[in-house]
Amino acid sequence: MLMKKSFNRRDFLRTGGIAVAGAYVLPSMLSGCMRGPKASSPLGYQLSDYLNHFGVSRRTIMDVIAEGLSKGGDYCDLYFQHSLNNSVALEDNSVNRAYSNVSFGLGIRVLDGEQTGYSYTEDLSPASMKSAARTAANIADSGARVKVMPLSERTFQNFYPISTPWEEVSINSKIPLLQAINEKTFSLDPRIIKTTVSFSDSTSYVLFANSEGVIACDYQPMGSLGTSCVAEQNGRTEQNGYNISARDDIELFSDFNLNRIAREAVESTVLLFDAVMPRAGQMPVVLAAGSSGILLHEAIGHGMEADFNRRGESIFSDKIGKKVAESFVTIVDDGTVPNMRGSINMDDEGNQTQKTHMVVDGILTSYLHDRISSRHYGVDPTGNGRRESFRHMPLPRMRNTYMLNGPHEKQEIIESVKYGILAETFTGGQVKIGPGDFTFYIKQGYLIEEGKITNPIKDVNIIGNGPKVLEDIVMVANDLEMSEGGWTCGKAGQGVPASMGQPTVKVSSITVGGRNV
Amino acid sequence: MIFSLLTHNPMNNKERMELAKWASDFALKSGASEAAVAISRSRSVQVEVREQRIETIRESTENNLSLQIYRDNKYSSHSTNNLQKRQLERFISEAVEATAYLSPDEDRSLPDPSLYPDDLSIDLGLVDPRHGEVSPESRIQRAMETEQLVREAGEGVEVLSATARFNDSTSESVRLHSNGFMGEQASTYFGTSASLSIMDKGARPAGFSSAGGRFLDTLPPAAEIAKEAIESTLMQRGQTPVASGRYNMIIDNRVGSNLLFRLFQPLNARNIQQRNSFLAGMIDQPIGSEKLTVIDDPFIKGGLASRLFDSEGIAARKRAIVENGVLRTYLIDNYYGRKLGMTPNSASTSNIIMAYGNRNQEQIIAAQDKAILVNSFIGGNANATTGDFSLGIAGQLIEKGKVVQAVFEMNISGNMKELWHQLIETGNDPYQYSSVYSPTMVFRDVDFSGL
Repeated sequence: MLMKKSFNRRDFLRTGGIAVAGAYVLPSMLSGCMRGPKASSPLGYQLSDYLNHFGVSRRTIMDVIAEGLSKGGDYCDLYFQHSLNNSVALEDNSVNRAYSNVSFGLGIRVLDGEQTGYSYTEDLSPASMKSAARTAANIADSGARVKVMPLSERTFQNFYPISTPWEEVSINSKIPLLQAINEKTFSLDPRIIKTTVSFSDSTSYVLFANSEGVIACDYQPMGSLGTSCVAEQNGRTEQNGYNISARDDIELFSDFNLNRIAREAVESTVLLFDAVMPRAGQMPVVLAAGSSGILLHEAIGHGMEADFNRRGESIFSDKIGKKVAESFVTIVDDGTVPNMRGSINMDDEGNQTQKTHMVVDGILTSYLHDRISSRHYGVDPTGNGRRESFRHMPLPRMRNTYMLNGPHEKQEIIESVKYGILAETFTGGQVKIGPGDFTFYIKQGYLIEEGKITNPIKDVNIIGNGPKVLEDIVMVANDLEMSEGGWTCGKAGQGVPASMGQPTVKVSSITVGGRNV
Repeated sequence: MIFSLLTHNPMNNKERMELAKWASDFALKSGASEAAVAISRSRSVQVEVREQRIETIRESTENNLSLQIYRDNKYSSHSTNNLQKRQLERFISEAVEATAYLSPDEDRSLPDPSLYPDDLSIDLGLVDPRHGEVSPESRIQRAMETEQLVREAGEGVEVLSATARFNDSTSESVRLHSNGFMGEQASTYFGTSASLSIMDKGARPAGFSSAGGRFLDTLPPAAEIAKEAIESTLMQRGQTPVASGRYNMIIDNRVGSNLLFRLFQPLNARNIQQRNSFLAGMIDQPIGSEKLTVIDDPFIKGGLASRLFDSEGIAARKRAIVENGVLRTYLIDNYYGRKLGMTPNSASTSNIIMAYGNRNQEQIIAAQDKAILVNSFIGGNANATTGDFSLGIAGQLIEKGKVVQAVFEMNISGNMKELWHQLIETGNDPYQYSSVYSPTMVFRDVDFSGL
C-alpha cells in the first residue's frame, strides 16, 4: 500500500539536504512515503509528490510552457531539479572533513527548428519562471504558433531499485566504512605510508514536462566510495587507487566490497615499483576486460553522438550502414543495466532509455540521439539526451557503453602478441570528436613479450583515430566485464555519470607513449 | 530580437555582506567556534552561431552561498543556491550539528588574521564599466560576423561546419570570516571563439581559436579570431605521425599552460604533506634549467586571475615560484601549511608570468634544424608522485628551419624531473588572452612516439 502526504515547498526546501547532519534529519520527501516496489516511482514517490515539492501545479507548468512558446518556438520543455550531494573523507587516519551541496532550480528550453534558447531560474515563483521562459522564448521572433498540449504522465521502468534512500543514511553509519578501508590498506602491505578514503552520495529529484504534453518524474540515487594509497620503497613513492560507484544504496558497500576496494588499491599501488616504460611507437595493444571500455567511449562513442554527425563534423557522419569493424564486433550504449552508474530511467528530455546498438556484427547501425538530432534524421529518440543539471541544455551523451562477447579466448589473445602491451587500468581519456583522434592514459598494465605477460608498465598514453582503431580490432574474447568505477564524462562543459565495459580485446596496432631506446 | 535580463532585484555586495554577517553569526549561535561565509552571484550570456543562424542562446544567473564550519577543531564545508534566510537557518544549524560527528583535528581553524590583506582598496581593474552597454544584438552581430569570416576559409577548402561564439559575464562576491576578515570582489569577462571543420581526403580536421579578457575593447577583432581558427585548421591538412625518436620540442605559446599547470600540482602543500609529490624536499634546489622562471603575479591590472585575496582570505602576494630553475616555494593553504609547519601563502596560483627570451616563434622555428612544434595537446597525464608523464600531441614537423609536415597521433613521454632541465629557450611572445602568459618554449631531445 502506498501512503502519500502532501508537503508544501517550504518544507521541502528547508530540509535542504544536509544528510550529513545525521539520522534524525529526514527530508520531507520521505516522511510519510511508504517505500514500495512501484516500477515507475522509486520509493513510492508519485508525480503529485514531485509537483508538491517543487511547489507547482499542472496549470502553472502549462502557463510557463505557453510563455516559452509565445515568440513562435515550436517546442518547449521544463526541467525541475533538486539535488543533494554529500561527501565525507578520511585522511591521516582521521575522518576529519565533510562536504554538502544543495542545488535547486528550473531549466527552460525553447526550440525553433534546430535553434535553442536556454535559460534557468533558481527561484520557482510563477513570476520568475515566466520571466525565464520569456528569455528562452526569444530564440524565435514571431507570435505563438504551437499550442501547449494537456499534460499526461509518462512512466518508466525503474533501473535503479534501492532499499534505503541516501537521505536516511547518517554520517555515523558512513564513518566506519571509511575507517575499515583505511585499516585494511595499512594491514595489507607495510609499504603503504598514506591512505585517503572518500565517500560521496547524491540524490536528484527530477520533474520534467514539455509542450507535447509529457510530464514525468525520476529519483536518481548515486553512491561512490574509493581509496587512494601512497607506498614507499627504498626512498621511491608510488600512488594508485580504486573506487566503485553505482546508482545504488549503502548495501553496495558490503564487507566484501570494502575489502576488495582496499586490496585492489594496495596491490595496484605496490605493483608500480616494478613498472617500466615500454618502447615508444606503434605496437599491438591488448585491452583487459572491464574498464578498457574507455576505448569504446573515446574511439567510437563520442563520434556516434549525433550532434557532431548532423553538423557533418564527425568522422562517422557518412558511415551508417557501412562495415566499420570485423563481424565479431558488436557495440551498444545501454541505459538499462540495473543500478549501473550510467543507467537512467528516462533521459533528460523525458524519453524512455534503451539499449542502443551502435555497431552490430561490424556494421554501423545507429547514432546516439537527442531530440534535435532525432528530429534532424527523422528517427525515434534513443534516450541519450542528457544534461549535467537544470543549468545545462541537453546534448546527445553516452550511458553505459560496452562491447559484447566475441569468439576468442583471453589466453590465445595474449599468446598471439610478440611485443606489445596489456592495458588494465586507466586514469582517463579524451577525443577530438569531429576528427576522431582519441587518447587514453594507462595507469597500470603489463608488457607482453613472445606471447607471455612480463614486466608491469605504468604512465603510458595511447593515441589513435577512432575508425582506424575499430578496423584494427582483430580479436575479441568472451569475458565481458563492466567497469564499476566512478567515471564522469565531460562534453561542452557538462559532466554526466557514465560507465563502460568490454571483453578482452586485441588491437593490432596503436601508438604507445614510451622511451626511444 | 531582444533579450530581457533576469534581474529580479538581485542583492548588491553590501547586502550580500550583511547576509554573510548574519549567516556567520547564526553559525556561531548554533554552536560553531568559527565560520567563513562566501556569497556570490554570476550572470552570463552565450551566443553560438552556425551557418549564419543562431544555434543556441543561453542566459544564466547563478547564486551561491558557501559556508565553512569550524566546531571545536572539527571541520565541514557546505554550499547552497537557496539564499532565503528562513531556509538558511535550517541549513546552517544542520551543518553545525553535522560537524560534531567528525574527528577533531588541531590544525583545523580559520587562517590567522595576520595572513589577511592590509589594503583592500587597490583597484585591479577587473570591471569593464561599459559591460551594461553590451546589447543582445551586438553579441549576435559579433558572432555572426566571425562565423561568416571563418566560413570563408579559402579557395578549394571544403568546409563541413563553421561556428562562432560570443559570451560575456559579470560576477560579484563577498567573503566574511568570523575572526575578522571581510572582502569583496567584482569582475567582468568577455570571450569570443571560432571553430572550423573541413574535409581533407577523408579526414575531418577541426581547428579552434579563442580569446578572452576583462574588457570588451581588449578582445581581438573578429577577423583575427577567424584567421586563427582557419590557420589552425588548414595547418592540419595531410597530417600523419612521423617516426618515433628524440626531437627538439617547440611548445606554442597558446598551449604552454598545459605543461606549466602540471608543474603546480606537485607543489601543492597537500601533495607535499601526503607524500604525493616528486618535488618534496626540493625548495632552493634546481628543478629545471636556468631558463625556467615562473612568477605568480596577482596584481596585473585587468588580469584574468588578478585578486587581492584567495579563497581562504589569504592576502595575495607576488611570488617567485621558480627562479632561474631553482624552486622557491610550495603552494601552501592554511590547513596543510599548519600541518607542515609552513606559513600559508595560497594553494592556488593567480596570473603566471615567466622570464621571456629575445625571439618570437617564427625566429625560433627558423633556427631549428629538426624539431616538432606542438600546437595542441590531447589527453595524457603527468604523475605528480613520480613525475612520469605521457601526453598526446599534434603539431608540425620542422626541418632546416621550415615547417615540412603536419603531424598528429603522437605521444611525448618522459619525466617532469628531466623535462624542465631540457628547457633551452623561451620566446618573447607571452600569450595575452589567458591568466598564464606563456611564451613559446623550446625543449631539447624529447621522446616522441609515432611510427
